[in-house]
Amino acid sequence: MDAMLFLTFAAIAVACAINLVLQTHPIASALSLVGVMGSLAVLYLLLGGEFIAAVQLIVYAGAIMVLFLFVIMLLNAAAEKKVKKPALKGVVAVPLVLTFLVLVAYLIQAQAPRGTGVKFGEFTGGGALDIGRSLFSTYILPFEVTSIVILIAILGAVVLARKEI
Amino acid sequence: MPSEFPIPLPALPLPDAVPLSWYLILSAILFSLGVAGFLFRRNIITVFMSIELMLNAVNLSFVAFAYQLKSVDGHIFSFFVMVIAAAEAAVGLAIILTVFRNKQTLEIDEVSSLRL
Repeated sequence: MDAMLFLTFAAIAVACAINLVLQTHPIASALSLVGVMGSLAVLYLLLGGEFIAAVQLIVYAGAIMVLFLFVIMLLNAAAEKKVKKPALKGVVAVPLVLTFLVLVAYLIQAQAPRGTGVKFGEFTGGGALDIGRSLFSTYILPFEVTSIVILIAILGAVVLARKEI
Repeated sequence: MPSEFPIPLPALPLPDAVPLSWYLILSAILFSLGVAGFLFRRNIITVFMSIELMLNAVNLSFVAFAYQLKSVDGHIFSFFVMVIAAAEAAVGLAIILTVFRNKQTLEIDEVSSLRL
């Protein structure tokens, strides 16, 4: 059952990611990215990360993707135009990316811990209680620094979106 | 187990528990697709979405390792990655709006005023 759920949602994630790269219209790409994020949320649930799965759906698939769609529609972005010239990066980049993927997959197969595998319900330490306890004791300083980062991001967005620049 | 599942499932040679390496390889595949989108797309918004895809792929391996180590630290890391991604999206989309207002284009090859 676990393996079947994993394979189903992994296949959906990979298909949506391929669609993201192949589509020329940004709205189709954005909707594919929502599909990737939704299936990744299911995989987080399988790994015992209830809180992360909820945050993934609310923050990523909800807030951030709505921001993306908002900007795409605001700018009235159209599909990419076809270019005639053969790009050199197509000749160089495809073998490089494939080599990277094969190398990383080989290393993972060789080095990954041979444990009992992932079973749903074996690890239950990813709920909101555990996350909150760790966030407000061990990771209190990074948490506070993050609030400053967000403050700077708000200021930056306001300054950049003014009319005069 | 499949015995209480309403539809009789076909007897596939699937393992009872998913190996951790499957999650890590899925993460590597998604990351490579993100790199490919970053390199091949010319729309500035699609390039930005490929970066988000790469961040998601890394989050998946963080959560997988958190499962393996039975520790909540990986979840905290991916939580911080999500927070930074939200801040990055706000600033990046503001930059894209400014670029579009000044150049009237979203093609990444036409925004090349820094090229010598």
